[in-house]
Amino acid sequence: MTDRTMLKERFVKWVLITFALSSLLFLFLIFVFILAEGLPLFLKVGLKKIIFGFKWAPTKGYFGIFPMIVSSFLVTFGALVIGAPLGLSCAIYLSEYSGKKTKMFLKPALELLAGIPSVVYGFLGVIYIVPLVRNYLGGSGFSLISTSLILGVMILPTIISISFDAITTVPKTYREASAAMGATKWQTIYKVILPSAKSGILASFILGMGRAIGETMAVIMIAGNALKIPTSILDPLRTLTGNIALELAYATGDHRLGLFSTGIVLMVIIMALNYLANFGIKRKPAK
Amino acid sequence: MRVNPRIINQAVRVGLSAQALFTVSILVVIVAIICVKGFPYIDFAFIFSFPEDMGRHGGIFPSIVGTIQLALLSILLATPLGVGTAIFLTEYTRESAFTKLIRFGVESLAGIPSILYGLFGFIFFVIKLKMGWSLLAGVLTLTIMILPTIIRTSEEAIRAVPRQLRIVSYSLSASKWETIKKVVLPAAMPGILTGIMLSIGRAVGETAAVIFTMGSSLRLPLSLMDSGRTMAVHFYILAREGISMEKAYGTALVLVLSILLINVVAYYLMNKAIARYS
Amino acid sequence: METKITASNLNLSFGDTHVLKDVTIDVYKNTITGFMGPSGSGKSSLISIINRMIDFENNVRIEGDVLIDGKSILDGSSNPIELRRRVGTVFAVPIPLPRSIFENIAYGPRLKGISDRTSLHHIVEDSLKKAFLWDEVKDRLNTSALKLSGGQQQRLCLARTLALKPEIILLDEPCSGLDPISTAKIEDALSELKSDYTIILVSNNTKQIARISDFSAFFYLGTLIEYNTTDKVFTAPVEKRTEDYIQGKFG
Repeated sequence: MTDRTMLKERFVKWVLITFALSSLLFLFLIFVFILAEGLPLFLKVGLKKIIFGFKWAPTKGYFGIFPMIVSSFLVTFGALVIGAPLGLSCAIYLSEYSGKKTKMFLKPALELLAGIPSVVYGFLGVIYIVPLVRNYLGGSGFSLISTSLILGVMILPTIISISFDAITTVPKTYREASAAMGATKWQTIYKVILPSAKSGILASFILGMGRAIGETMAVIMIAGNALKIPTSILDPLRTLTGNIALELAYATGDHRLGLFSTGIVLMVIIMALNYLANFGIKRKPAK
Repeated sequence: MRVNPRIINQAVRVGLSAQALFTVSILVVIVAIICVKGFPYIDFAFIFSFPEDMGRHGGIFPSIVGTIQLALLSILLATPLGVGTAIFLTEYTRESAFTKLIRFGVESLAGIPSILYGLFGFIFFVIKLKMGWSLLAGVLTLTIMILPTIIRTSEEAIRAVPRQLRIVSYSLSASKWETIKKVVLPAAMPGILTGIMLSIGRAVGETAAVIFTMGSSLRLPLSLMDSGRTMAVHFYILAREGISMEKAYGTALVLVLSILLINVVAYYLMNKAIARYS
Repeated sequence: METKITASNLNLSFGDTHVLKDVTIDVYKNTITGFMGPSGSGKSSLISIINRMIDFENNVRIEGDVLIDGKSILDGSSNPIELRRRVGTVFAVPIPLPRSIFENIAYGPRLKGISDRTSLHHIVEDSLKKAFLWDEVKDRLNTSALKLSGGQQQRLCLARTLALKPEIILLDEPCSGLDPISTAKIEDALSELKSDYTIILVSNNTKQIARISDFSAFFYLGTLIEYNTTDKVFTAPVEKRTEDYIQGKFG
């Protein structure tokens, strides 16, 4: 009876270890298969010609994705310009100003923004934002600024929830000490709380960037997908993610490999951002 | 001239409230637009009939079924894997190089954008394993994609179960697995269910990872090897190819309402989980 | 008198802290033995070796041996799960499992593989009666155990332990959080139970030990200072420190 219990215990443990290892296996498979498809082209065409090449004409042997790399960073930066201040303000409001009841309603409502599917954002962007930009600012409306606006909203939940966590972990004694010295609430926030939550807030921005740079469906609907580096905020552009999503369904041969090369570049950027963000989160002050 | 700090303080309060209000109103406006514009086009027939002429006419029944199939099957696979991983990380090991490695894997999976899941699922399941565009390829891809969410939320929920409950169970002659099964998991259940609901929401709204693995066939998927089209994919195609704005709004309404409902249930469960031990 | 539990030259350390020092003691069958001493005396640690709950602590080193019915419970062949069926434990703070009163008590028996409703019901009723709780809860066995008062919860924990049908019951300051009336009920229950069980009662409350225990052991800083019948320990202690402790001069 207890021998059977022991045997069962050991069996369960091994099953659980296998389950736990599955995440690593999946990660490994993802890496291997994307690398296996994308790397050979880097060797064949040359790293420089892909990463710093300006011309993307995969059926003619041109695999330059430099404009897409620049565009991806531009929309990400644009999203941050819009999303970072707004998100941080919301996080401060939630943790320092809102009452308990307001918070109970506000926090899930803000997180719900993350639940709205990317295609819905893209659709509403096409219907409302693109014409607005076209009519008031000029150009086709499918542009850097439209994309940045939509992405700025899409990264809000990430920025809000992670900055909120960073701000709420600042020890209560800091607030009390500051208030005891006669500081107003805002002085306390500005001089004490935000500096101590700095690394967490920075991490929230970086993770927001990761979200923006990886975003696909909304972007291909609004960005215009033109193959050049935008010279104004009203120019259309094509991101790395957009490039993959637009052409994967019909690409064959080297063309398809080129999309995997695009994927590798995207993966490297995301990994670098995640590494930076983890660095920020780990340095969060202890409670 | 120095401005009185109290005046600045008040101004900041007003400014921050306004921004929070503005942000929430974005959500309200999005939902309102979808509801107002979509409502006229949905009725019984829209939900329960098949699309005609590429979706220009008729309903969205196959894509509703496809969405449910995809979400439920992915959850069915991801839940045991995810909860099992969470149990392993919380109950069977101390923090070590091994757990750090597994955590690294989970965090990395969580950071990968959905288009890369699409790219991977396409080359691995669709091409290399010769599944073709199929429900199965979609399910397997999404399983991997939602796994990190399930692991994280389950791990948090399991950690929140007080240690004393485990001690009591052991003292009553329970083994480790018996303790987990009978005490830890039931106590952590609301939190685990929250993660499951959030993952279902994610699967329902996902497009990039689905379109390249499950494909976009308008037919009702009857087997795992059939291609199919989820609501999100259907909506994307209707909107992008300008097939029908009316049907697009109708589909968006069903899609957004489903996701809202799923999320509301998730938050309800989360509050229940928080209330349990505070 | 028959010896039930023997500790011989028992030493216990947590990391660098030496918690039990060369403790040797015989606990007799069908008696209540009181373990008393100020906090840090090692009395609770000794208990956690007897039920092997010490297994869940980190950095533990044990030397010496503990025998039950002459057999070691610390060597490799001893199975802690089986041991805990023979050695039941009631903790200082009552911790009901988040389930019904009935299911709390049936938890142990179910683990043993007892699943038919009649047997379980019989065990539950019997255990609750022995813990003097039956009359208060018999009409609401299916309500959550968390709804009981603190005193009732502690008696529930006692009943839950009894349902294991153990030979030994360890109580680790079971009345520390209870009011005098609840304490009296637990003490009454213990006095009746000793004819069937061997009971060790750890307590800071010397009056409680004097009231209900047959033997008393006084621990101080990990050493067993004095061990004798309760009468002797309380009326004519050999050691000055025992006398001081009993008179409340420290502790």
